[in-house]
Amino acid sequence: MQGSEARGAEVRGSETAQQKIGAWTEQVTVGIDRPAQGLFAVSLALKLLSLGPLLILALIVALIGSVTPSFLSPGNLSNIAAQTAVIAIVAMGQQLVILTKGIDLSVGANLAFATVMGGLMYRVADSSAAVILTMILTGGLVGAVNGIVYVYGRLPHPFIITLATLSICRGLALEFSVGHTTMRGMPDVVTFLGGEASLGLPNSFFVVAGVALLILVMTKSMVWGRWIYAVGGQPVAALEMGIPVKGVLVSVYVMSGLCAGIGAVALAGRTAAGSPLYGNLLELDTIAAVIIGGASFLGGRGHLGHALIGAVMIGVIRNALNLLGVDVFFQMIAIGTIIVLAVEADVLRNYLEGRSRVLQARRSQ
Amino acid sequence: MTLMTATPVLSVRHAHKRFGAVHALRDVGLDAYRGEVLALLGDNGAGKSTLVKCISGVHSLDEGEILLDGEPTALHSPATARDAGIETVYQDLALFDNLTPAQNFYCGRELSYPNWLPRPLRFLRKRPMDREAAAVIERLKVRLPKFDAPVALMSGGQRQAIAVARATVFARKLVILDEPTAALGVRESRKVLDLIAQLRDEGNAVILITHNMEHVVELADRAVVLRQGLKVGELKPERANQQDMVAMIVGAEA
Ligand SMILES: Nc1ncnc2c1ncn2[C@@H]1O[C@H](COP(=O)(O)OP(=O)(O)O)[C@@H](O)[C@H]1O
Ligand SMILES: [Mg+2]
Repeated sequence: MQGSEARGAEVRGSETAQQKIGAWTEQVTVGIDRPAQGLFAVSLALKLLSLGPLLILALIVALIGSVTPSFLSPGNLSNIAAQTAVIAIVAMGQQLVILTKGIDLSVGANLAFATVMGGLMYRVADSSAAVILTMILTGGLVGAVNGIVYVYGRLPHPFIITLATLSICRGLALEFSVGHTTMRGMPDVVTFLGGEASLGLPNSFFVVAGVALLILVMTKSMVWGRWIYAVGGQPVAALEMGIPVKGVLVSVYVMSGLCAGIGAVALAGRTAAGSPLYGNLLELDTIAAVIIGGASFLGGRGHLGHALIGAVMIGVIRNALNLLGVDVFFQMIAIGTIIVLAVEADVLRNYLEGRSRVLQARRSQ
Repeated sequence: MTLMTATPVLSVRHAHKRFGAVHALRDVGLDAYRGEVLALLGDNGAGKSTLVKCISGVHSLDEGEILLDGEPTALHSPATARDAGIETVYQDLALFDNLTPAQNFYCGRELSYPNWLPRPLRFLRKRPMDREAAAVIERLKVRLPKFDAPVALMSGGQRQAIAVARATVFARKLVILDEPTAALGVRESRKVLDLIAQLRDEGNAVILITHNMEHVVELADRAVVLRQGLKVGELKPERANQQDMVAMIVGAEA
């Protein structure tokens, strides 16, 4: 008893905690348990699973690099970076939505609509700022509609509303582009960001890095990010703990929309054009990226590293199979197969966590 | 008890709550006093958890009112209730499997800065939160496999201990515990009971929901019994009237 008091006093907690918790009288060893063998195996397996996507990516790169040396040439790597940028940017937004057990099917159409709006703005004003702002805000606005209708319209699942806005955005994009499949011309800052290179790297790579940094800070260091994980992990508990669940949900769709808008800038810049046909099946690419990158579809698990790894994996596979002259159909089959593996890994991870709980309980008997 | 003359910390008056056709609370009233443990008893489906959720701001009452320190108070949300000094250990524990114990402790009221920013945009004070949570866990002698591992990896008892510990840290006025020993073994239950006694001694009002009559007799100063949403009795729990309590709960003739 006295020993435990002394030990308690050594712990540098704040006064409130110290005062509120008085003496506990039971004599139990405290501190960190050393995991037993079963537990050790389980936690090792969990570690490996969490590293899985990165290992697989490294393996693919090494394999393709050894078969096709041109794959690792600076030119080709920079090519991959440029091709991956749009998927990566939009996937980071998708990642936030998936963290809350949601899905955003509208990102591809939203991106196309944003490039068309940007193209229209360019016809009105040759101002890079105006065009960039138009694209990003269009994306954010569509995202806000998704989030608000989903949450306040009390829809059972975001699938429905984002499917609806997919259709609406594609329709609006076709309508506003008045019959042009491409709206040529983008202001110079846009083409600089999307199409040119600095320091041997495509500028869109730096756009990806900028968005990643912003989201990293928001999710890891800000209260908002913590709330996203809470809402995704246990929505009912989040409500009970006083977190503004509805606001958090709306915010992730806004973020996803903004990312689609930024993706629009990158794509419009690369092609120096807007088009209502852009972003076809981008929703599937981004969802695939998040999942094969190792995030969980069950909510509350994952970080932007997963979206980035997944996006690079898709980019690398596409590029490599192109270099090898493999059929496009096979690319689709390959990516689909990896998705199945990734989802199964998620299931396995859940099972292992269950095992860990059981082993833990047995230890503390 | 002389406490009875004081203003109750919490009064519920003529509370009604319906879920569609289910009338979960029918004209329920109760008072909770500082330094007192009130047992809330009743069979499954009696309306105990519903009453708890109305007090903690998860549900709103259809009719009736809630008074805190004698003042009628609207508890629209769990955040309002928590700000008013009401801490709840929910039956489902309200833990986040994907977060660590420290993150769970502070979830919904993270320590953050700078204060002039809107709350969601503030930056987390991670280190003080980790340190304080670790100190509490240490004091409570909760054995955790790893302090920085997600709660998903922990056993039922460990999880329950984390949920109870969280409420103790923030308790200022009223602590409600909805079946806090349900998943626990004898020794772990003991810890929770000691903690409840301590919360009471610190001057909190405690509302304890449990099916364990031994615990009720040992700790509770008063007991309120619900049956099918009705308050069917209130008594002073003693070993001698343990049978009466059980009869009241199940609705048999005493
Ligand atoms: N969210 C809800 N929606 C519909 N019915 C509910 C809800 N919560 C509780 N009920 C119903 O209200 C009644 C009381 O439930 P509850 O308060 O959980 O009882 P207890 O905690 O005493 O076991 C039950 O009939 C239950 O089915
Ligand atoms: Mg209950």
